[in-house]
Amino acid sequence: MKQEKTIFEPKFIFKTMNIKEIFKILKTKTIGIAGCGGLGSNCAAALTRLGIGKIILADFDKVDASNLSRQYYFYEQVGQKKVFALADNLSYISPYVEIKPYDLKLGPHEIITIFKDCDLIIEAFDLAEMKQMIIETCTESFPDKPLIVGNGMAGWGNNNSIKTSKIGENLYVCGDGVSEISEELPPLAPRVGIVANMQANTAISILLKNEKSTEL
Amino acid sequence: MNIILNNRPDSFEEDSLTFEELIKKKNFTFKLIVTKLNGKLVKKDVRSQVSIHDGDDVTVMHLVSGG
Repeated sequence: MKQEKTIFEPKFIFKTMNIKEIFKILKTKTIGIAGCGGLGSNCAAALTRLGIGKIILADFDKVDASNLSRQYYFYEQVGQKKVFALADNLSYISPYVEIKPYDLKLGPHEIITIFKDCDLIIEAFDLAEMKQMIIETCTESFPDKPLIVGNGMAGWGNNNSIKTSKIGENLYVCGDGVSEISEELPPLAPRVGIVANMQANTAISILLKNEKSTEL
Repeated sequence: MNIILNNRPDSFEEDSLTFEELIKKKNFTFKLIVTKLNGKLVKKDVRSQVSIHDGDDVTVMHLVSGG
C-alpha cells in the first residue's frame, strides 16, 4: 500500500541540547492558545512544564462536568471560567510562567489584537468553522507567525492515523484529518491528549529551531 | 496537467481548472475546507476565479470539529 507522504516525516535526526539550554531559549518565547478545551488546556500544561516565558489564553466558556473526560480541569472547578481555572492550574505546575488569560470569544479582530506579539499560535477550537476562521485570519494578518492546528482526534484507538503535516510556510496540522466528534464518536482523553501534545511538540521544535535538522 | 494534490501527484486532462472545478471533479464534498495554491491561501469566495495550472502544488484540507 502506498504510504501517504507527510512533510513532517521524521528522519530521526535529533538536534541535541541540554535542559538548561532548552529552558534558556523557551523562557524568552510567547505562545498564544486559542481555546482552552481539550487541546488548549493540555497543550498549555505541556508548554508550562517546558518553561515557556509567557502563555496567552483565550476562551469564553465555563468548565462543565462533561469536560473532565479530557480537559485539564478538576472536579471542584466545574462552573468556573475556563481561562481563570486553567491559569490557576498552570500556576500550580510552575509559578514562573507568565499566564495572560482573556475571557472572551475570539473573532478575527480579537485574534489580531491579543496574539500580535506571540512567537506562534496554537489553534485549539472545537468547531471546524472556527478553525477555518483562524487559519484565514492568521494567513492574512500574520503570514510570518507559525499556526499549529488540531484537526481530527475523536474516538479511540488508531494511534498511527495521527500525524503532523506542514502546509505552506507557516501552517502545521496535527491530527488524523478525518474523525469528527459526534454522539457515537466522542472526544476522549487519550487521542485529544496525543494531538494536544503533538501541537506542543511542534511548537517547541519550531522555537528551538529543530526544523532545520528534521526538515520539518 | 500534472499537479501535486495534498502532497501526492495527480493528473488531469484539462490544461487548467479553477479550485471550484477541482473540488467538484475530485468530489470533495466536505462542508468546511481550506484551500491553498503553492502554499498561499485561496479564500472561499475566490475559488471560482483562481486557476490551477501544470506543476502547481495544491492543498484541499478538510476541517473537522473537535478539540
